[in-house]
Formats: sequence, structure tokens, C-alpha cells
Amino acid sequence: MTWRQRLVPYMLGLPSAFWLTVFFAIPMVSVLSVSLMTGNPETGFNLTWHFGTFWNALTTYKTQFVRSFEYGAISTLAAVAIGYPMAYFIAFRGGRHKSTLLFIILLPFLVSYVIRMLSWNFLLADQGAILGTLKNIGILPQSARVLSTPFAVVTGLTYDAIPYMVLPIFVALEKIDPRVIRAANDLYANPRVAFTRIVLPLSSAGIFAGFLLVFVTNVGDYVAATILGGPGTTMIGNVIETSYLQDLNYPVAAALSSILMIVLLLVIFLYARTFGTDAVQEAVV
Amino acid sequence: MSRPLAPVPEFLEPPEPGSDAQARPRKVKRVRKRHGPSHYILPAWTGLVILWTIVPILVMVVYSFNKAPNQRETFHWYGFTTYWYQHVFQIPDLTQALVNSLLVASASTTIATLIGVPMAMALARHRFLGRSAVDATVFVDIAAPSVVVGASLLALFLTLNVNRGLITIIIAHVAFNVAFVIIVVRARIVGLDRSIERAAADLGAGPWTTFQKVLFPLILPGILAGAMLCFAMSIDDFIITEFVAGQTLTFPLWVYGSVKVGIPPQVFVMGTMIFVFGIALALVNTYVARRTAKAEAASMRIAAAAAAAEA
Repeated sequence: MTWRQRLVPYMLGLPSAFWLTVFFAIPMVSVLSVSLMTGNPETGFNLTWHFGTFWNALTTYKTQFVRSFEYGAISTLAAVAIGYPMAYFIAFRGGRHKSTLLFIILLPFLVSYVIRMLSWNFLLADQGAILGTLKNIGILPQSARVLSTPFAVVTGLTYDAIPYMVLPIFVALEKIDPRVIRAANDLYANPRVAFTRIVLPLSSAGIFAGFLLVFVTNVGDYVAATILGGPGTTMIGNVIETSYLQDLNYPVAAALSSILMIVLLLVIFLYARTFGTDAVQEAVV
Repeated sequence: MSRPLAPVPEFLEPPEPGSDAQARPRKVKRVRKRHGPSHYILPAWTGLVILWTIVPILVMVVYSFNKAPNQRETFHWYGFTTYWYQHVFQIPDLTQALVNSLLVASASTTIATLIGVPMAMALARHRFLGRSAVDATVFVDIAAPSVVVGASLLALFLTLNVNRGLITIIIAHVAFNVAFVIIVVRARIVGLDRSIERAAADLGAGPWTTFQKVLFPLILPGILAGAMLCFAMSIDDFIITEFVAGQTLTFPLWVYGSVKVGIPPQVFVMGTMIFVFGIALALVNTYVARRTAKAEAASMRIAAAAAAAEA
């Protein structure tokens, strides 16, 4: 190979490597430096290596951190429970409707996320289509409400998660050779054993890929909490949003997002080390 | 004894040896299998989830026809009207926000595609220093939570004292879109048979001609798919945009900002229009893909026939 041929991949990769470094990788580090600054919006901020901000932020907003991880975990588990049987049906019994069914699953992507959450706000309103009807029949008492409860927020988060969960699980299930299941049946495995010992382990890559995508997204979300939640459902994303954009308390906001980043990057790296990155990438493709 | 104890899904069941089905597969009338109630659990569940998926979308479409008083939507239904469709662009800032969204989506899609495709080629076809670092960055870019990406970019812009606006939004959108282009296009290139490019090179085509005449047409569907994904991600993005937008508003930002004061029905009209446009685009895309696949299959058959005739 001549030196010019050796240079080809570097030339090809340079523009996006530059963009990813300057506008993705470096900011991840510069957010740390902002979190170590002190000052106020009027006089400006200076880097003083004030590590105390981290500790203060963590103790002040402990509730919101714990709540975000709770909501993230519950909505992710709910999405697995709802999405897995569906992915299974599409993969094994979808027949010629497979692509149509997948297309329907992806329809929410064509509607703005904020509008989808607004729709849920309308649906779950105190006198809205669902609660209003149930109250009129007398199943629910007039005082019953869902909006601004954790249930509403988790419903919104779960709704948003379904396509991200179904897709990787479907991809994993589709790759299973039907003869393997047939072999299990031939070897006297009943359907339950064939499922738990063969199908489930073979599709676990898809479950974990969906788990990663959904959990990380939902822990950091604050749109659902703003539109469907109330004062008691504030998530850590809400705190970061308010301190950055309204209170202009940059160090605290940066410290909070650094903590969130470090925890979630740990999750992402552990995932990548354990399962590799293929399943997530295939789901995107 | 090879008879399974448990019923196997229909598609796994080969015809019994020596049965009519195997001897005269076409003439036998297929007897519909009787299924227990458990057979219908999965389809019923799937139906329910589909309903759950679609209802919020229907809410948007239905409320775009709501005769809401005072230009503000609530969950109340006041009767049918097409008034909002005739006056979609009545609110100047909302229209401007939609225009901004379209601008950002077009610009970021174009830039992300232009810089992402070469990187995809480098990753798919070359070994180079830093390859695994690029791989890791792309993966983290896709998996990272938006709030962290947005907050980090804002920290950078604040540190460098950059004025926030359309430009910073486009920069941020390229930063997350480029990862999707790289992954989608690389998968397409990896799936290609390398011998086609080698054949072109053997026939005297230089690297540029090989790319232009051979590789590019083959990966074009992948590039278009990646670009469409980018456009959709970009037009829908809220969290990252909110952090880097400054005073500029995109469509999702405008909607989010008006939640507390009340949503004008035009928001649902625009949402419905974007939705219908997206479906139309997806349908055209599948149609074209099917036709291309058919044409490819046909030309393969012709080539095979020609080869057979020659032999």
C-alpha cells in the first residue's frame, strides 16, 4: 500500500470524527469544568475547582435522582412485559403481515413526542375520555384522578418506549432458526420449557438492547413529567432543565447532568462490555 | 418416535411422510386446524397494544377538527370544524417555529449525510488507527440520554460564549444524526459483495469511478434510509434542542412552551400534516424499494438465463 492509500480512511473519516469530537465528546468533558465553577449570572462564573457543588447537588436532589431511576426502571420493565409478547407474535406468527405490523408499531415516530404526551394528557384528564366515562358509569369515584400522579408519568414513558423495545426484540427473535424450537419439541420439551430454555435465552440480546435504549432515555426524560405529572413527580431532568434554563444556576445544573452522565455512561459501558454493541446497532438499522 | 408431545406452530409442521399432503400437495383441501383459546392470546394482546399505540395519534387527528373556543384546546369536544385547517398559518410565531424546524431538519440531515457516509465507508472497508474509538463514540452517541447531550453542549457554548440560535441547533442535530447515518450506511456497505467493487477495479476503474458508478448506486437506498431517519429524529427532537436553542423556537419547543397557557388547535393540524406526510413518504419508499427488488430479481434471472444458454 502506498502512503496515499493508507491515508484514504483518515480523509474519509476526518469530517465526522471532527464533528463528533468537538460537538459530542469534548462537551461531555467541558460540562465537568462548568460544574466546578462558582459565581452568579450577573458577575459571571469562574473555575474554582469547587467540588462541593457535586455533594450539595446530590444531597439536595437525592429524591429526584431516586425517582428518575424508579420511573425509568418501572417503565422499562413494563415496556418489556408489553412489548415482548407482541414482538414474539410478529416474529413467529406475523406471516405476510409482518412488515405492516412493524410499520404500525413505528407510527408514533411520525408524531412529535411533545404532542404524543399532550394526547395522553387529554386522554387521562380528570373528566377526559377515559376517566370521565368511568366516573359517569360509577366505576370510579368523582374524586379519582390520574394526571399529576406517578402512574400518569410512567404511562407516558412506557408508551414512548414500546417501539424502541419491540424492534430489537423482534430482530433477535427473527434470527432464531425455527428448527431449533422444533428440535426442543422433538426432545420432549413442553412449550413452556422450550420457551424459557430456548427462545428466551436466544432473544435476550434483543431484550437487553431494548432495555438499554429505553432505560437510559427514560431516566433522563422530563417531558412526560412536565406534561403528565405534578409537583410530586419532578424528575432529575426537570431539575437540570430548570437550573440551566430558568435559574441560570449553571454549576448545579452541570453537576447534576455530570452525575447523571457518569451513572448512565457506566450502564452503557457495562452493557457494551457484556453484550457487545451489535444488537443495538441492528435495531437502528 | 419423533412425534412431538406438544403442538408445534403451524409453519413448523411438515407434512406427515406418506400422507396425502405430501403426495398431492395442491389437490388436498386444507383442513383448518382447531385451536384452543390460548392460541388467541397473542393476537389479542398484539391488537390491544396496537390500539394503545394508535389512540394517542387519533386524539391528535380528532382534536385538529375540534371547534374549540378561544383558540385553545382542552380535552372537551365542541363539535366538528375544518376551520383550523383553513387557518393553519394564522399564528405567525407558530408558523415561524415550524419553518425553523424544517430548516434545521433539512440542514442537519444534509450535513450529517455528507460527513457520515464517508465515515461509514471508512469503517466498513478500511482498517485505521482509532477505528474502535470511533465505534465506541458512535455507540455512546446513540445510547446517551438527550438531557446529558443537551446540557453538555450548552456547557460548551456557554464556555465559548457562543450566541445560541438556529446555527447551534443545527450543530447539535448533526452531532446526534451523524451517528445514525454512520450505522445505517455502514450496515448497507458491509452487506454488499466486495467482489463487485473488485471486478470494477479489475476492469480498470479508479477508486473514484468505482465509487461513483458501482458503490454509490448500491448504497443509495441505505443513504436515503439514513437521511429519512435523520429528518424524522431532527424534526421531533425536543430535549437537546431546548438546551441549545437560546431564544429561537422550533415546532416542539413552541408546543411545549404553550402547554401551560393552552394549545391552539393549529398545533394538532400541523402535527397531523407532518404525520400524513410521513406516512405518504414511508409508503412511497416501500413501493420504490419493492419495485427495485423486483427489477433486481428480474435482471438476475435474465443473467442466469443468459449464462445457462451460453453453457
